Amino acid sequence: MWDYSEKVLDLFYHPKNQGPMDPTPEPGIRVVTGDVGSITCGDALRLYLKVEEATERILAASFQTFGCTSAIASSSALTELITGLTLDQALKITNRDIADYLGGLPPAKMHCSVMGQEALEAAIYRYRGIPLPVHTDDDSALICSCFGISESKIRRLVRENHLTTVEEVTAYSKAGGGCGSCLADIEDLIATVLAEGGSERPSVAEPRDPVQVKTSAPLTTLQKIAHIQTVLEQQVRPLLIADGGDVELYDVDGDQVWLRLKGACTSCASSQDTLKLAIETRLREQVWPQLTVHAV
Amino acid sequence: MPSVIYLDNNATTAVDPLVLEAMLPYLKEFYGNPSSMHSFGGQVGKALSQAREQVAALLGCEPSEILFTSCGSEGNNTAIRAALAAQPEKRHIITTQVEHASVLNPCKHLEKQGYHVTYLSVDEQGCLDLLELEAALTGDTALVTLMAANNETGVLFPIEQVGSLAHDYGAIVHVDAVQAVGKIPLDLHQLPVDLLTLSGHKLHAPKGIGALYVRRGFRFRPLLIGGHQEKGRRAGTENVPGIVALGKAAELAQTYLGDPHEQQLRDALEIGLLQRIPDTQVNGHLLHRLPNTTNLGFKFVEGEAILFWLNKYGICASSGSACTSGSLEPSHVLRAMHLPYTVLHGSIRFSLSRFTQAAEVERVLEVLPGIISHLRAISPFSHEEEDWLQQQERELVLR
Ligand code: FES
Repeated sequence: MWDYSEKVLDLFYHPKNQGPMDPTPEPGIRVVTGDVGSITCGDALRLYLKVEEATERILAASFQTFGCTSAIASSSALTELITGLTLDQALKITNRDIADYLGGLPPAKMHCSVMGQEALEAAIYRYRGIPLPVHTDDDSALICSCFGISESKIRRLVRENHLTTVEEVTAYSKAGGGCGSCLADIEDLIATVLAEGGSERPSVAEPRDPVQVKTSAPLTTLQKIAHIQTVLEQQVRPLLIADGGDVELYDVDGDQVWLRLKGACTSCASSQDTLKLAIETRLREQVWPQLTVHAV
Repeated sequence: MPSVIYLDNNATTAVDPLVLEAMLPYLKEFYGNPSSMHSFGGQVGKALSQAREQVAALLGCEPSEILFTSCGSEGNNTAIRAALAAQPEKRHIITTQVEHASVLNPCKHLEKQGYHVTYLSVDEQGCLDLLELEAALTGDTALVTLMAANNETGVLFPIEQVGSLAHDYGAIVHVDAVQAVGKIPLDLHQLPVDLLTLSGHKLHAPKGIGALYVRRGFRFRPLLIGGHQEKGRRAGTENVPGIVALGKAAELAQTYLGDPHEQQLRDALEIGLLQRIPDTQVNGHLLHRLPNTTNLGFKFVEGEAILFWLNKYGICASSGSACTSGSLEPSHVLRAMHLPYTVLHGSIRFSLSRFTQAAEVERVLEVLPGIISHLRAISPFSHEEEDWLQQQERELVLR
């Protein structure tokens, strides 16, 4: 039996945002879908995005998945990760973000997170009316005909996930998992990508606990959100809850962070101070120094 | 741990309490070595011959034709090697596409050593075509090795016809009867079979014990060479408690043969599920099948997801889907049957035993329909898309 994390099992047994989305147009809002996979491969995902046209913000996301435990959990995780993001922010999400959100996936199941990332990309490209740049039918050579995996897809996975072995490529893409006749080609391709200096992002060495991150490299919005949430979760909320209040992250845009205070805090005259002093200081110290906190 | 509803008896079975009782003294007070020249070891030797008689009685053969092994895989490997060694000039092997890995992989290995192997196909119901077998047989065929019953679908192969045909061409016949022994009657006095493998843990004995039937007069070459145990046919001190257990398990299996209990419950489960869950089909021939096995394909959903839900209710079954196997391809057995992928990925095997109770079957009938409709609600595929899906599949095959 696969050793899935608690989070994977939780999202599998209680998936969030499942089911198709009503495509009837509301003014200023568009619903788009992104599809990946097929019944033959054994997993397929259709992602629905509800996008506010003026801001390009994802107001809601939902999914339909044919697949195993981790495919369903990955899909559900994806919808949770992207709700509230703008399309540009969402495009920065990688399969690693999905896997991390799930508390990790068994190595042989990493392709489930890749499927989520691809469906997201497919939906956004469809929204923008751009043909898909990579994946199935692109002009780069087909490396694995059993699973229809192209050279460019493998290149990208190797680069983004710092893969070094054929087994890892199979786990992330399924390429090589069928007849095996493409294994040698995959091996050559990995060598080529590594020789080209594929590992520009140091994410393998990235600490798992974001609170400890004091990096000088600019954070992606998703990383910011994850870090802020960890600080709130571990250090701020326990204090506020003890006083009968609570706080929730509402939005992040550049250096601006919006928080929503709840319960006892909102009626308390010193709530602004609570914010400024307690939260902003902590977040500046631990996440990034230039941020400013606002209440909504 | 919640009480377990164990419907995975083709994977392994519970040790029967009577079997455990029979073997325990040989783990405790009777620990002598049957090869020793004192009566303490001699007592143990008697237990071994009794076990040999019990196994022989179940198979309808002579006790001297039974050789104890450690497992089914050892039996299959030994049999294949022995058959080839007996006719060293012949270089052709016939087997089927749906065999267990312990037959398929040795065959693939032998191909690298210069043997020519024919892998017979099966039809959509998992059955063999005897004409295909006949066409494959030549004077150069050293061995025909095939299973009596398939582990995934329970489909039975016509051993008797296969055996006679093979013998007509002078080939040795080996039958992997790991799934069949104890579930259906086998009479080796009648069957044209030279070698036959069985495994203890599939019939309520513990793991780590098996047996190989070697027809009297067969020029047997051992795989394990060393001491003179098993009349020099398998070196190594005997697994005495395991052998005693296998003997007792064989004796018990014989008393249960023909008891309709398993089949009645299997049928109730199968019919109940087919009635309650639309877009479901039985994989494998409905009649030529083990009485304890049903393999069902639930369309538009994936097997591992079904298994995890069943597991939540304490129900153990297995699946031929790609995701469960650790490989990325679905079961080689179901693929050899050319089942559509909709069925393939959503296949679940339930395998019962004499310990299965009606209430356990009821429980599956209670929870599984809800599980399937929940997963179908999540799935992007449905009944309406069936034609489109088949089309997609056909295109993939054409490419
Ligand atoms: S071509 Fe890649 S596994 Fe068959």
